[in-house]
Amino acid sequence: MLAERVREDFPILKQTVYGKPLVYLDSAATSQKPRRVIDALVRYYQEYNANIHRGIYRIAEEATMRYEQSRGKIAAFIGATRPEEVVFTRSTTEAINLVAYAWGRANIRAGDEIILTEMEHHSNLVPWQLLAAEKQAKLRFIPFDGQGILQLDEYQRLLSERTKLVAVTHQSNVLGTINPIKEIAMTAHAAGATVLVDAAQSVPHMPVSVGDLGADFVAFSGHKMCGPTGAGVLWARYDLLDAMPPFHGGGEMIMLVQLESSTYKDPPHKFEAGTPSIADCIVLGEAVDYLQGIGMAAIRAHEQRLTDYTLRRLAEVEGVTLFGPRQLDRRGGVVAFATDVAHPHDVAQVLDQEGIAVRAGHHCTQPLHRRLGVAATTRASLYLYNNESDIDALVRGLHVARHLFSPRPAPAKR
Amino acid sequence: MALDDLYREVILDHYTRPRNKGTIDGADITVEGANPLCGDELSVYVKLTGGRISDVRFVGRGCSISQASASMMTDQIKGKTLHEARALVGQFKAMMHGEEVPEEELGDLMALQGVRKFPVRIKCATLAWVALDQGVEEFESARGKVEAKATSEVE
Repeated sequence: MLAERVREDFPILKQTVYGKPLVYLDSAATSQKPRRVIDALVRYYQEYNANIHRGIYRIAEEATMRYEQSRGKIAAFIGATRPEEVVFTRSTTEAINLVAYAWGRANIRAGDEIILTEMEHHSNLVPWQLLAAEKQAKLRFIPFDGQGILQLDEYQRLLSERTKLVAVTHQSNVLGTINPIKEIAMTAHAAGATVLVDAAQSVPHMPVSVGDLGADFVAFSGHKMCGPTGAGVLWARYDLLDAMPPFHGGGEMIMLVQLESSTYKDPPHKFEAGTPSIADCIVLGEAVDYLQGIGMAAIRAHEQRLTDYTLRRLAEVEGVTLFGPRQLDRRGGVVAFATDVAHPHDVAQVLDQEGIAVRAGHHCTQPLHRRLGVAATTRASLYLYNNESDIDALVRGLHVARHLFSPRPAPAKR
Repeated sequence: MALDDLYREVILDHYTRPRNKGTIDGADITVEGANPLCGDELSVYVKLTGGRISDVRFVGRGCSISQASASMMTDQIKGKTLHEARALVGQFKAMMHGEEVPEEELGDLMALQGVRKFPVRIKCATLAWVALDQGVEEFESARGKVEAKATSEVE
């Protein structure tokens, strides 16, 4: 099993919690980091910490070179035709806000429509609400069915000449659903709309090629793919980036500044004002090397096998309701569930005592949970380092929770 | 940090067999509370007779701590005046924020002390109490306005 080979690479997995080995099942929130990523961060700060694109000295040149090298690695990783299409941001959230602000303000007008889905993370919903309110544009939503699959016939009906943007998640962070982006994008383009994909939950877990997706904007985060927090990515078609006005103004993004006006650098630098998270952006390249060394197809295959095991084991636990598609080729390793007797917070609390880290709550998807008819769910999310014994521990913990919160006979009157 | 500190028997009892669950038609006070962090929602209904709480009920969905705390609250404030009820709210909140409070006044509620060791859960425990406090405050300020108006009309 892949996990047995890679677990050694992740120092945190040797930690104990309350005397029990850490069972980390929250990689959809953030992934753990391999030793070489942690070492690369230290190496930057110890050996060549300097600001980039400015200094005329040895270590500044090295920092600049490695920063741009990382951009190139990321471009190759997602099949971009040129590194200039990769913009470093802080996170997926910032990448989507960049598009909403810079592209959206220049391209969305009163009466225009933006199509989203009912399964979006708040980060691919709220920026569009803000834009729509400012521009008097309308938001439309593709619903999903009882299996958590998008209803594409409904999408067809929503599309019109008013549709300017279709913004959709590649993989749901709750249902695990993998959406058919290629098909969605082709249909959108035929209607003249631009397409943004929230790939925060897909790029870390499966081979993703922006060319194959056929989208115009793709956003994802480094910290969910073994990289440090503070480095995210916006990939966009170069001609779109070139036509867009800047996002943040400041140093680093300008060519010539006069008191009244300025000219800007070409993409991607036009969108990278100020000092970026240099170390994090450089080290994201290290994470990409690590993942590529293992192979994204191997990671996807491992997670698919373990998702199958997880779904089967959880279905055996009495009172557990599973959400999301049953077909393994339509979903990733994110498994949200509810239990009949215990609230997700109580489940997570009991699991925590067993050293098991899961997420409980609405996972930044309140409308999705409203649609499911539950206030909250418990979510176990998998990555390359998880194994069957992690799932066995989860199932044991669920039995403890069920026992604790099951109705008991009324105490005898004293 | 043992789990028994959090999930005391009396809490699990109130969670699995909640007291005073339901609504009151024609309640004098109806108030909703919500915890946006976890999506927990809860409504509290209060009926007053002769200046005292003659009936109090709650409905809602949430974790064992929020539901048990609401159930215990309804048990404890029945029969109290609004002033006494708010004083109890104050003492309960003080306890949850780590202050020393007289044990005899809080009774079974002392079982919720263990929640203090789990900071993210404190809001669960205080959900019903914060809602009640807000409901009483709104009720009293509305009544205050009516009385002030009546007084000024007399003058």
